[in-house]
Amino acid sequence: MEKDERTFDLAVVGAGPGGYVASIRAAQLGMRVALIERDRLGGICLNWGCIPTKALLQSSHLLSLLRRAEEFGIHAENLRGDFGIAVKRSREKAERLSKGIEHLLRKHKVSVFMGEARFTSAKELEIADSGGKTNGSIRAERILLATGSRPRLLPDVTMDGQVVLTSTEAMLRSQAPASMVIIGGGAIGVEFADIYHAYGTAVTLVELLPTILPYEDEEITALLRRSLTKKGIKILTETRVEQVIVEAGKATVRVSNHGVSQELLGETVLVAVGRVANSEVGGLKELGVAMENGYVAVNEWMESSVAGIYAIGDLVGAPLLAHKASHEGIVAVEKMAKLDDVTPVDPRRIPSCTYCHPAVASIGLTEAKAKAAGYTTRVGRFPFSASGMAITLGETEGMVKVIADATHGEILGVHIMGAHATELIAEAGLAIALEATPEEIAKSIHAHPTLSEAMGEAALAVLSRAIHI
Amino acid sequence: MAISVVMPRLSDTMEEGKILRWLKKEGDRVEGGDIIAEIQTDKADIEMEAFGSGTLRTILIGAGESAPVGRLIGVIAEEDEDISTLLPPIMGLAVQSASPTRPGAPAPTPPVLQAVASGRIKASPLAKRFAREQKIDLSMVSGSGPGGRVIRRDVAALIPSAAASGQRVPSISPAPSVAKRAVAAGSPTPSVEFEDRDLSPMRRAIAKRVAQSMATVPHFYLTVEVAMDKATELRESIQAQTSDLKVTFTDIIIKAVAIALGRHPAVNASFWGEQIRVYSQVNIGIAVALEEGLINPVLRDCGRKSLAQIARETKSLVERARAQKLRPEEYSGGTFTLSNLGMYEIEEFTAIINPPEAAILAIGRIESKPVVVDGGVQIGQRMRMTLSCDHRAVDGMTGAIFLQEVKRLLEHPLDLIL
Repeated sequence: MEKDERTFDLAVVGAGPGGYVASIRAAQLGMRVALIERDRLGGICLNWGCIPTKALLQSSHLLSLLRRAEEFGIHAENLRGDFGIAVKRSREKAERLSKGIEHLLRKHKVSVFMGEARFTSAKELEIADSGGKTNGSIRAERILLATGSRPRLLPDVTMDGQVVLTSTEAMLRSQAPASMVIIGGGAIGVEFADIYHAYGTAVTLVELLPTILPYEDEEITALLRRSLTKKGIKILTETRVEQVIVEAGKATVRVSNHGVSQELLGETVLVAVGRVANSEVGGLKELGVAMENGYVAVNEWMESSVAGIYAIGDLVGAPLLAHKASHEGIVAVEKMAKLDDVTPVDPRRIPSCTYCHPAVASIGLTEAKAKAAGYTTRVGRFPFSASGMAITLGETEGMVKVIADATHGEILGVHIMGAHATELIAEAGLAIALEATPEEIAKSIHAHPTLSEAMGEAALAVLSRAIHI
Repeated sequence: MAISVVMPRLSDTMEEGKILRWLKKEGDRVEGGDIIAEIQTDKADIEMEAFGSGTLRTILIGAGESAPVGRLIGVIAEEDEDISTLLPPIMGLAVQSASPTRPGAPAPTPPVLQAVASGRIKASPLAKRFAREQKIDLSMVSGSGPGGRVIRRDVAALIPSAAASGQRVPSISPAPSVAKRAVAAGSPTPSVEFEDRDLSPMRRAIAKRVAQSMATVPHFYLTVEVAMDKATELRESIQAQTSDLKVTFTDIIIKAVAIALGRHPAVNASFWGEQIRVYSQVNIGIAVALEEGLINPVLRDCGRKSLAQIARETKSLVERARAQKLRPEEYSGGTFTLSNLGMYEIEEFTAIINPPEAAILAIGRIESKPVVVDGGVQIGQRMRMTLSCDHRAVDGMTGAIFLQEVKRLLEHPLDLIL
C-alpha cells in the first residue's frame, strides 16, 4: 500500500458495538478512519453475546409458550425442543448481522484491517495476522481503543469447553445437557438459566451475593427470583463456590452457604462470574496509559492519560453494555470533531436489560441507592396483573416501578419486570433524557390496550393518581 | 391591527425590566411614538414608545411589577378588535392581578404559570419544577441544553447548596420557618432580626455578573505604586489656566490607560473560548457608584481623544449615569474598565473583571508620604493601582509591562497632552 493510504485521522481498535459505531460516526464527520479487528466484525455483542443469546431466548420462550398451548386453544402434540437447531438459527442471525456491519462500514468508506493491533508509538499501530506475522502498520492522528472484554475465569477451575463452559461454549452446544450448574447470577447466568431450563435442563443458579441480578432494584429481583423458582430453576444465593471437580465427564460443584456445605452435581457447569477487560493491547503499557482496576482510565470525553489515545466500552469499565460502548464511541468522536452540544455519557441514563422471561429492565437508581444518595423518594408501582394487555397476553407477572424525587419530581429510576420490559424501558430513557417528571409521563397518552399503559399508570401512582389500581 | 406591547430589550445585558409607571391607562388612545410607559432596567430608567396607533386595550404588567424581556406587557388595538388570541391562556388571571382598577391591592404574581404558559422559554419540565420551587425566574437562566434549552443543572447551579453537592437540592425554607426551627430546637442563640429586600433589576444584574466573573474568569492581580507629583502639578496648572475645563485625576488616568492600551493591545482584549479577540479601538468603562449599585458608562475610542475631550465627555457621562439617564449604547461595548475609589480614602483594592473584558484597573487614593529621592527623604505624592487580569487572555508579564507603561505615562504626564 502507498504510505498515504496508511495514514488516518482516526484508527479504531476493535469492531464491536463500540468500535464500529465510533468508526461510522467519525466517517460521517469527515474523518479518514481505519478499523482493526482480530476476529469478527460486530465483536462479542454480535457474534458471541447479545445477538445469538437473544435468538436462543426467542427459541426457548416459544418453546415455553407452546408448553402452555392448550391454554390458548392450540393442541400441540409431540412437542420437542431441538437445541442444535436453535443454535444453528442463532448463528445464522449473528452471521447476517455481521454481514450488515461489513456493508455499513464499506458504505461509510471505513478502511477495515483484519489482524491484531499493537502500538509502536502513540500514533502508530502495527497489525499482525493470527500467526503473529506483521502485516504492515498504519499511522493515525488519534487512536480509539474498543477492545472489549472476555469472560472472567475462576481460579483453580479448568475450562474444558465440554463440562466446564464459558458463555461462548454454552451458546454453541448441539444438545441441552440433562443438568447444569450456573456459577454467577448476573444477566448472563440468568439468561442461560432461562434458555437451558426451557430445553429441559435441570438448572441450579449459584450467586455469591444475596440477590440475583445484584445491581437491579431489590424489589424487582425478589419478584424475578420468585418467578424463576416457580418455573423450576433452583436458585442459591449467598452461596460461595468452593471447588469444581470434573470426573468421568461430570462435575461436582462444592458450595457453601454461611458455613453449610453441599455438593451440586451437574453434567455441565457454566462459569458466568463477570468479564475482564481486554486491556493487553501490545505496547499500551509502554506508552504509559494509566489503568484503574484493570480498566483503562479515561476522562469524560473518553481520552486516556496519553493525549490522542482514547478508550471506550468494556475496556473502560462497568456497566459492560453494548449500548454504553456505542454511546461512548459517539461522544469520543464528536468531541474530537469539536462539535457543540456534546455531553458526556451519564451513567444514570444507561438502561440495563436482562432478556429472561419475564424480562428485567431498568434505568437510573434503585430505590436503595436513591435513598443512600440522600433523596426523599416517591415510588409509584403498577403491576401487570392490572394491565388489560398483559392479561390478554397471559403475561401478568411483574410490574413497573417509578422512583421520583419527592421535592422536584426528578425521575431517579425506573425498574420493570415483565413481558417486553426491555422494550418498555425506552420510554423511561426518553423521559429522563428530556428531564420529564412523572407528570409528563402521565400526561402523554398511552395507547390502549398496551403494556406501556403500565408506565403511565406507575407515573400516576407516584402522584397518587393511578386509575386502574 | 392589534399590536403586542412586549418588554423591550433596552441594553445587551438587560434580562428583565420593571414598569415604573404607565403614562397611558387602559382605554386611552395612543399614537405611534407616544411615550406609554417608563421602564427601569438594570442600567437606567428609559421611556418606552408605542410602535403603532390604537387604543391601549389592556395592561398586563402593572406599575411596580417586573417582566422578563419579550414578555407581553400590554396590547394596543382598535376599540372593537378581538385581542383574545394575543393573550396567553391564563391571562384572565394576570389581567385581573395587574388591573389598575384595583389600586393598592397587592398584585398576586404567578410568575411560573406565566413562564410555562407563554411558551417562550425553552426549559425541561424538571428545570421548570426546580425554578418554581426555588422561586427562580427561568427567563433569567441561560440554558446549556440542546439549542439553549434550560435544563436541571442550569437551575440547580443557581442554588448554592445544590451546586455544591452536585445532586440534591433541598428546598430553601423561607426565613421565618428557619427562625421557628431554631426556637423549636431549643437553640440558645436568639434569632437575628432581619428584613428581606427585593432585588432591583440592577442589583440582580450585578449579582449575576460578578458571581459569573469570579466563577469563570481566572483572576490575578498586579499592584504598582505611582509617583503622582508631576500629574498633580499638571492638573493644577490646567486648573490655573482654564476656568471652563475641570480635569480630574480619573481623566488623567483614563488618558494614560488609553495610550498604554494602544501600545499593548493584548490587554485590550477578550477571551472567546477558541480565540482571543483583540480590539483595535479603546473603549474605557468608568465605574460609577449609584445608590442601588453601579454602572459603567463607556468612553468610546479614547485612544483618539485629547485629555480635554476625555474630561468633557467623562463629566457628561458620569452626570447622566448618576441621574440614570444613560442610553443603552453609552454603557455597553467597553473593552477595559477603570474603577477609582481614591476619593473614599481607599489605599488600594482589587476589582472584579467585567466580562468579556480582559482586565480592570483599580485606583487607590493619592497620598503624601515620605519617599527616598537621591538618598534623601522628601514628601512625595504616591498612588497605588491594581490591575486585575483574566489569565486566560493576559499573562503576568503582559499585564506587568502594560501596567509599567501606565505608571511611566503618569509619572511623565507631558506625554499625555502632547
